[in-house]
Amino acid sequence: MSDSKPVTRRNFLYISTAAFSAAGAAAIGIPLVSQMNPDASVKALASTEVDVSTIVPGQSITVLWRGKPVFIRRRTEVEIAEAKEVKIEDLPDPEIDDNRVKNPEWLVMVGICTHLGCIPLGNKGDYNGWFCPCHGSHYDTSGRIRKGPAPTNLEIPDYVFLDDNTIKIG
Amino acid sequence: MSTDYKPQSAVAKWIDKRLPLITLFNGHLMQYPTPKNLNYWWTFGGILTFCLVTQIITGLVLAMHYIADADLAFSSVEHIMRDVNYGWFLRYIHANGASMFFIAVYIHMARSLFYGSYKEPRELIWIIGVFIFLLMIATAFMGYVLPWGQMSFWGATVITNLFSAIPVFGESITNWLWGGYSVGSPLLTRFFTLHYLLPFLIFGLVILHVWALHVPGNNNPEGIDVVQGSQDTVPFHPHYVVKDVFALLVFMIIFAGFVFFTPNLLGHTDNYIQANPLQTPEHIVPEWYFLPFYAILRAIPDKLGGVIMMVSAIAILAFLPWLDTSKVRSAKYRPLFRQFYWIFLANFLLLGYLGAQPAEGIYVIISRIATIYYFVHFIIILPVLGFVEKTKPLPKSISEPVLNDKERAAKAATAPA
Repeated sequence: MSDSKPVTRRNFLYISTAAFSAAGAAAIGIPLVSQMNPDASVKALASTEVDVSTIVPGQSITVLWRGKPVFIRRRTEVEIAEAKEVKIEDLPDPEIDDNRVKNPEWLVMVGICTHLGCIPLGNKGDYNGWFCPCHGSHYDTSGRIRKGPAPTNLEIPDYVFLDDNTIKIG
Repeated sequence: MSTDYKPQSAVAKWIDKRLPLITLFNGHLMQYPTPKNLNYWWTFGGILTFCLVTQIITGLVLAMHYIADADLAFSSVEHIMRDVNYGWFLRYIHANGASMFFIAVYIHMARSLFYGSYKEPRELIWIIGVFIFLLMIATAFMGYVLPWGQMSFWGATVITNLFSAIPVFGESITNWLWGGYSVGSPLLTRFFTLHYLLPFLIFGLVILHVWALHVPGNNNPEGIDVVQGSQDTVPFHPHYVVKDVFALLVFMIIFAGFVFFTPNLLGHTDNYIQANPLQTPEHIVPEWYFLPFYAILRAIPDKLGGVIMMVSAIAILAFLPWLDTSKVRSAKYRPLFRQFYWIFLANFLLLGYLGAQPAEGIYVIISRIATIYYFVHFIIILPVLGFVEKTKPLPKSISEPVLNDKERAAKAATAPA
């Protein structure tokens, strides 16, 4: 701007006062906002170890991890074959079964419908997998969405096999 | 408040025509005519508003993590200190904030006493202030109970037992307060509820306090009337906004010093031991800001008498505008009152010291003398002073003393050595 007034001492004082106030307000805002984030006691419970030695093929259990249900299903040969045979073009959220398991026999996934957070029912639905009763989403034996309003496949959490019989989730 | 403010933007005009909020704030926080000679003792009103807002905000946040249950309260406070993000910071602000609040309110009241701010036409401002002080005491006391440490528990026990001094109904009243036959979970949950509620009542009273203040306008160090809108006054903004903010910053530095360097200095270590209904700590004391009144309670060798005297010590403040019979407001022009003022203040601090000492031997005797003097000041000294004291001549305007000082300085400078 050509007609701008010269910078005065008062301009400097105004701007530096405003800047310091803003920095101070932001500094006090951080703890006030951050206190609502998951605290140390919640984070300490962020992983769960599960003993799966008693589960027989065709059976599944639900465990609680971070307050959410996790399905652990020991799949039968038929279910595994069914999951592998599906053509990738038929999937709304394309993903091959191998990428959803570490060991084809064990399917571990967060049991929360990706639509609006209900818990799907096992061994139900048109694809012999899971069916969400809230709004009618059908998942197959790999937990992939096949029909209904859910946008994505059931989420796979981070997990590792500590040994043949123990899974650590998270 | 008369104001020549006119909203400029279309949105401001639209709102102001329907709800004149902008005009209201402009009149009371910007243009409000303020005596030009206010000193730094007048900045504590703003500081107290800051304290109240700080306590409400940090309290709100702590309430998101605190659990009001006798079995869980103590560990939930430890959970805030160790687990919650910045929980230690927020709790230390809240705990030390209570102390800072009382430091500020005592200075604010002492300023009022010295400059006669409670006198006609400002009696109601003072009386509303006394009610705010009472609510602050109740709020602070109930807040101190919430962590459910040993001091919390036994403080609650002792104070609620004060009501058992009431003849005939005493026991049923205490049982009603407790919701049981001793201090426990029912008391804790109702204290938490009230501790959450009262600050908002205080906030409401603060609005009335300021409203009542803005009718006659501020008193000032000379204690004489100023003509609103004349050369005696300056607009609140920027003059007193800047002065208040500067004082507030100094106050915040001291506040931060407590929070970051000695957060537990003003607390009591026994409150980090979980409440145990089977064992009283050896020496129980209230928070420092209650000590003078606690000393009065203990000075009286009678259960009901002690309670009555302690309550009266605060209640008598509400009658101060009529107990002080002098028409002259400021202690600057009251040579005798000024001396008694400092004696009263020293006596009040002495009571505070005595409240922290064990109730035995010489301490009891001094407590009784100090207690008697506290009341003598209000009931005898103040009413009598108004009649016998020869006050100094009041200046014609608030500018006069300043100008006289300058003239004198000029004469002294030109006078031959």
